[in-house]
Amino acid sequence: MKSILTDRQLAITIDRLSHQLIENHPQFENTVLIGLQPRGIYLSDRINNKLQTLLPGVKVPYGRLDITFYRDDYKSGKGLHTPNETDIDFSIDNKHVVLVDDVLYTGRTIRSAMDAMLDFGRPATVELLVLIDRRFSRELPIQPDYTGRTIDAIITEKVRVLWKERDGKDEVVLIA
Amino acid sequence: MSLSAKHLLGIRDLKRSDIELIFQTADQFKEVLQRPIKKVPTLRDTTIVNVFFENSTRTRISFELAEKRLGADVVNFSASGSSVSKGETLIDTVNNILSMKVDLVVMRHSATGAPHFLSKHINVPIVNAGDGINEHPTQALLDAFSIRERLGSVEGKKVAICGDIMHSRVALSNIYCLKKLGAEVTVAGPPTLIPKYIAEALGVNVTYDIREALNWCDVANILRIQLERQNMPLFSSLREYSLAYGVNRALLDSLQKEIVIMHPGPINRGVELSSDVADSGQSIILDQVENGVATRMAVLYLLARKEGAKE
Repeated sequence: MKSILTDRQLAITIDRLSHQLIENHPQFENTVLIGLQPRGIYLSDRINNKLQTLLPGVKVPYGRLDITFYRDDYKSGKGLHTPNETDIDFSIDNKHVVLVDDVLYTGRTIRSAMDAMLDFGRPATVELLVLIDRRFSRELPIQPDYTGRTIDAIITEKVRVLWKERDGKDEVVLIA
Repeated sequence: MSLSAKHLLGIRDLKRSDIELIFQTADQFKEVLQRPIKKVPTLRDTTIVNVFFENSTRTRISFELAEKRLGADVVNFSASGSSVSKGETLIDTVNNILSMKVDLVVMRHSATGAPHFLSKHINVPIVNAGDGINEHPTQALLDAFSIRERLGSVEGKKVAICGDIMHSRVALSNIYCLKKLGAEVTVAGPPTLIPKYIAEALGVNVTYDIREALNWCDVANILRIQLERQNMPLFSSLREYSLAYGVNRALLDSLQKEIVIMHPGPINRGVELSSDVADSGQSIILDQVENGVATRMAVLYLLARKEGAKE
């Protein structure tokens, strides 16, 4: 098991990603943040909290999206996924949507997320923010706009993002 | 995470964890049904046939809506006007339909055990939408789901099932479901409409006094008098039944508390339930109908994959 980001590096990375978001969306006037269930929401929660600190008085619309019913492996025999809660209490029509997930791997989750999101309205633009980009592993033409760390891992390796809220500590590790 | 059964033939075959999984999934489908676009593409490559050998309005529409909102292709079959009237057997009818590459069968039949019989002869999942006087599992699921929604949980709640217990598949499925979820159940009705050994067989309380049942319970599930299933008169008249066992405003006002009123529909207004009670704030009858779509979506979602899955 190899550490990719320590807790300190993870905090700095989230800090940087939040600043990058503000560079492109200064007051979040027409921009909304959507975290992907189940694991992307830990990152989006952190970024949302950071944005509250960096932009006092600005209310960033923030939702959580579950993509279970939009997956393309329903009949693949890999086990049925338990759905998680979707909570988007605002319209995304004509909004700039920033999708947030922890690890970008094959791109299939993001493909499903875009399908799911379109059932809530027609956004003006969609950007993708990920903590870890496993480049060279893509099965669909999907690329992130904001990346915490890019890694080249072989297919048998697994990236695991640990969060204090759930796992007791903050760290990103590569499991061989 | 998966159901322990291949088919949904009855609540009797399910485990408590299965029921909880169905509810957990239905919660999320309920959210889908609140969206501007109330549809997901989960079952877009699945064809479902609704085989109804017996009349139905809400169950068939509820299943059809659930199927369509999951993105499935839907075929409807009703026995009247079909080759069944030419003497075709149940297995032949269903096998012919399945030859057209159908992935799941939803079946209602007036004969008790028909879906169980069919499940031994065909290879796709079957959802029982009511068989004779046996079970109506999805109705029980949506009833328990509605109780959970209104009262927070089913565990520890007192539920009275009132009316024609003898002929009601809703009653039997409800008893199994509520008991598995930890509720206490009392059945109430005329002695002629309550099976003799039900207390010993199913672990429920029995009373012939509707007022006693309502005074005891948190929730009253009022059942329809099923005249179509009664071969001989089991009570003197509907008027007398209504006077002795009908739930009306005066009766509810005389209780010391406010109870939740349920009814699986269709209501014989003025017989087992008066209109002012059925339409009051105490009644969750329309919530039951709404929850029916979400719970049926959950059941179909959890079963449709069984065909061809490596499990």
